[in-house]
Amino acid sequence: MVELRNITKDMMTVVEGSYAVAHATKVCKPNVISAYPITPQTHIVEELSQFIADGEIENCDYINVESEFSALSTLVGSSATGARTYSSTTSQGLALMHEVLFNASGMRLPIVVTVVNRALSAPINIWNDQQDSVSERDSGWIQLYAEDVQEAADMVAQAYKVGEDPDVMLPVMVCMDGFLLSHVYEPVVLLEEDLIDDYLLPFDPKYKLDPKDPKTFGAFAPPASYTEFRYAQEQAMSAALDKIEKAADDFYDVFGRYYGGLIDEYKTDDADIIIMAKGSIIGTIRDVIDNLRENGVKVGLLKVRALRPFPKDAIKEVVKDSSVVITLDKNISPGVNEGALCTETKACMYNSDINVPVIGYMIGLGGRDIPEDTIENIVDEAKEVINSGISTESQFTDLREDLI
Amino acid sequence: MTSKGDYKNKVEIEWCPGCGNFGILTSIKNALSGLDIPPHKILIVSGIGQSGKLPHYLRCNVFNGLHGRAIPPAIGAKVSNHDLNVIAVGGDGDMYGEGGNHFIHAVRRNPNITVIVHDNQIYGLTKGQASPTSDIGMKTKVQKHGVMHTPFNSLATAISLDCTFVSRGFAGDVKHLSGIIKQAIEHKGLSLVDVLQPCVTFNRLNTFKWYKERVYKLEETDYNPNDKTKAFEKSMEWGDNIPIGVFYKREGKPTFEDNLPVLESRTLVDQETDPSMADELMDGFT
Repeated sequence: MVELRNITKDMMTVVEGSYAVAHATKVCKPNVISAYPITPQTHIVEELSQFIADGEIENCDYINVESEFSALSTLVGSSATGARTYSSTTSQGLALMHEVLFNASGMRLPIVVTVVNRALSAPINIWNDQQDSVSERDSGWIQLYAEDVQEAADMVAQAYKVGEDPDVMLPVMVCMDGFLLSHVYEPVVLLEEDLIDDYLLPFDPKYKLDPKDPKTFGAFAPPASYTEFRYAQEQAMSAALDKIEKAADDFYDVFGRYYGGLIDEYKTDDADIIIMAKGSIIGTIRDVIDNLRENGVKVGLLKVRALRPFPKDAIKEVVKDSSVVITLDKNISPGVNEGALCTETKACMYNSDINVPVIGYMIGLGGRDIPEDTIENIVDEAKEVINSGISTESQFTDLREDLI
Repeated sequence: MTSKGDYKNKVEIEWCPGCGNFGILTSIKNALSGLDIPPHKILIVSGIGQSGKLPHYLRCNVFNGLHGRAIPPAIGAKVSNHDLNVIAVGGDGDMYGEGGNHFIHAVRRNPNITVIVHDNQIYGLTKGQASPTSDIGMKTKVQKHGVMHTPFNSLATAISLDCTFVSRGFAGDVKHLSGIIKQAIEHKGLSLVDVLQPCVTFNRLNTFKWYKERVYKLEETDYNPNDKTKAFEKSMEWGDNIPIGVFYKREGKPTFEDNLPVLESRTLVDQETDPSMADELMDGFT
């Protein structure tokens, strides 16, 4: 359950989502920021450029590069020397980083990248969905999803805390919905500069490129040892499960704000119907739940904050006593006709003694609006599932028949 | 005979009033009608940027791909159907930044395509960040202290790689630019037309006036575009005097398609495949 402790109006300021994230990044004291400055981008790197020009980030290099491929490649080099590194990107930019994503995670470099979620081409579409980051869920990066601007900003600090943990050492994507969060102005508490040292230790990796103690990064691993590198990455992901929870708890202790750990719950205790989703759609779902609860519908929310590592146990614990689970996905794996939450939630319940039906909906693709009515209709369909079983396991939402 | 109107597409144009892109659009129409190429024989490929919208405003075959990637699909289409007149358009960021690697290696291959670059020395679509051709010192919302990096000299790069047609036009001189684009399309081999294109909204440094005061036409001097070394030297000229026109031209160099024996008789799209021709080979494995 989201908790905000001791927050008063005078602590808050109204800023654009991109500014709040840039400010939080500044407070986390990165050493190297590398970015391709243009579309698909946001104001995040422009704000950071301003901070650096104004001398507000000490000991930090800001590098403008010619492509997103270069942006992340630069950070791979910087991070290997022990620098705290940051970039932000979105959609096509993240897709262009694809090859480097595996490089960063394989070398165990805890780079933090804010991914402003937007649709992928073709056709050309600049609006929000989550196909970009979801498509990279096998890249070995931790993926966290924020519900609102405050969480997206605070999550940057949590990302460094988790990623740089010696038991983890993995890069982290902080995902926030494009436009709906990045370009919206909301009242937020800007991440407190005077408290950050109580939360985040300086980055001091065990292995780094240092002339005094030469090391090799990214060398050859033949069949005799490659599997063990992959195994070690998986072990680190497993370790990250607890670390993400702890990073959220510690954040609450220091800053007084809490948004959930791996997941968050809202009115799930007695819920027959549980709606699972991630990102900014969560706010709409909370409102829908409040409305439906007034009419006696026992519906609750399971907010997924971490897609990687996937919080199987936490999810199972929440849904085990429910009657039906709805997954809402702003992405699709064509050929499976399902979004990631649908496929993975079903998978984690198989081979267990939980037998709760899961129905999936692809929703809000390419920035299509998601009105409350749409979610209410989905809940109505879930009620039918309770009564008479699944008729359609996974489907597109609000399809325009006139265009098909 | 085709006329300029044959290439007009009834789509609302979404460029700023007064944008240099209008001059490029008109010049392309002038060149195509001047060469009497019917719209169905033209393919215009673009990437992402204000330049990426240009093909939308033309009546012809259109392919709008990814940022920086206009050239590879243009080459792909050309080798499949080398009867098509293929033009790749892009901006300075598109062609020289994210697509820079494609540009370099396309020049090396010398496909018979035309590359038109809307070079406004700024990222316009994304509202005014420095591009690979921005002048040193230009201040933007990202380059707060001014641009520090050497501008990419596409003409010098192309000449050094023996690009067979290297030119520069000015969007403010449509008649001259139309003539250059016409020559570029007629040229056999990769033809580069770098166009000085004022961005009236975001580039307050390189304005119409700024260019007008500086450009001069090479053909009005005793310049000879067949001398590669002289062309390289000329491509370095920038500042108070900016040359426009054809910098370098070389005839007779084999194109990428010339080097593909499969294209000798006809285009790939016109070639029929007869699987039975493989029977004899297959029999060898039985």
